[in-house]
Amino acid sequence: MDLDAAFSALADPTRRAILARLALGEATVTELAAPFDMSQPAVSRHIRVLSDAGLISQRVDGTRRPCRLEISAISEVDRWLAMLREALTANYDRLDALLTEMEAEGGEPARENSEEKGRR
Amino acid sequence: MSKLTLKTEGDTHVVVTRRFAARPEKVYRAHTEPELLKKWLLGPEGWTMPVCINDARPGGKIRYEWSDGKGGGFYLTGEFIALEPHSRIEHVERMHLPDPTPDNHVETRFAPDGQGTLMTMRMTLPDAATREAMLATGMEDGMEESYRRMEKVL
Repeated sequence: MDLDAAFSALADPTRRAILARLALGEATVTELAAPFDMSQPAVSRHIRVLSDAGLISQRVDGTRRPCRLEISAISEVDRWLAMLREALTANYDRLDALLTEMEAEGGEPARENSEEKGRR
Repeated sequence: MSKLTLKTEGDTHVVVTRRFAARPEKVYRAHTEPELLKKWLLGPEGWTMPVCINDARPGGKIRYEWSDGKGGGFYLTGEFIALEPHSRIEHVERMHLPDPTPDNHVETRFAPDGQGTLMTMRMTLPDAATREAMLATGMEDGMEESYRRMEKVL
C-alpha cells in the first residue's frame, strides 16, 4: 500500500470520523453521511480518498454498496506510529542505563575538570 | 529520571528533547557506534537488532533490522548528511514495513547541560498532512498510554 496516500487520507478529521464509524462495522454512504452536516457527494469524495489510499473497501450487495475497513492497511500504519512512540520512551530508558555503564567503565574521561570522576 | 518532551513546531516538524546524565561525547558515541546502538535502539520490550549498519560519515548508509524473535520484524534505511562530533547529527530515515514510510529528515543536537547533555531531535516530515496524521491518529488509536507515560515524566 501507499503509506503517503494513507497518511494524507488520515489527516482529515471527517475521514478519521468515518474510519471510527467503520471500526464498529460495515456502513453505506448514506449511513456514513448521517452524522455529518455535509452533502452526500461530499461524503462520497471522502470515501473515495480513503478507498484510493487502501484504508477502506466497498463491496456490492444488491443495490447497497457497504464500506468496510481494510484492517491490514490500518495495522500497517499503526505499527509505525506505535513504534515511534514506544521506541522513544523505551529506547531512552535503555540509553540511560547504557550511559551509566559507560561512565562506570571510565571510557575516555571527557574533560579533566570532571567532578564526576571523584564521585564514582 | 526521564525528561522527554515531544512537541510540534511549524507545519512539518516534531521536536523531541531529552536530558541524559552523561556528557555529549558519550551520548554522541551511543548514537553512532553500532555496538552501542544495538544495546538501546530497540523499540518495544523483547525486540533485538540483529543488523546494525551505521556508517557515520556524510553520505554513509544506515540500515537497522529489528526482530521480535518470533519471525516478525522490519527494517529502517537512511543516509547521513552531516556529522559534527560530538554535537550534531543530520540524517534521513524511513521505515520499511515493507513499504517505505515517508522520508523523515532528522537533526539531532547534543548540548552540554551541567554534567549531562540536553538532546534536541528535530524531525521534518515531507508535509503537514503526514505530520498531523502521525500525531493525530496515534492519539485516536488508543496509544494514549505511551503519551501518558511521557507526560508523567515531563
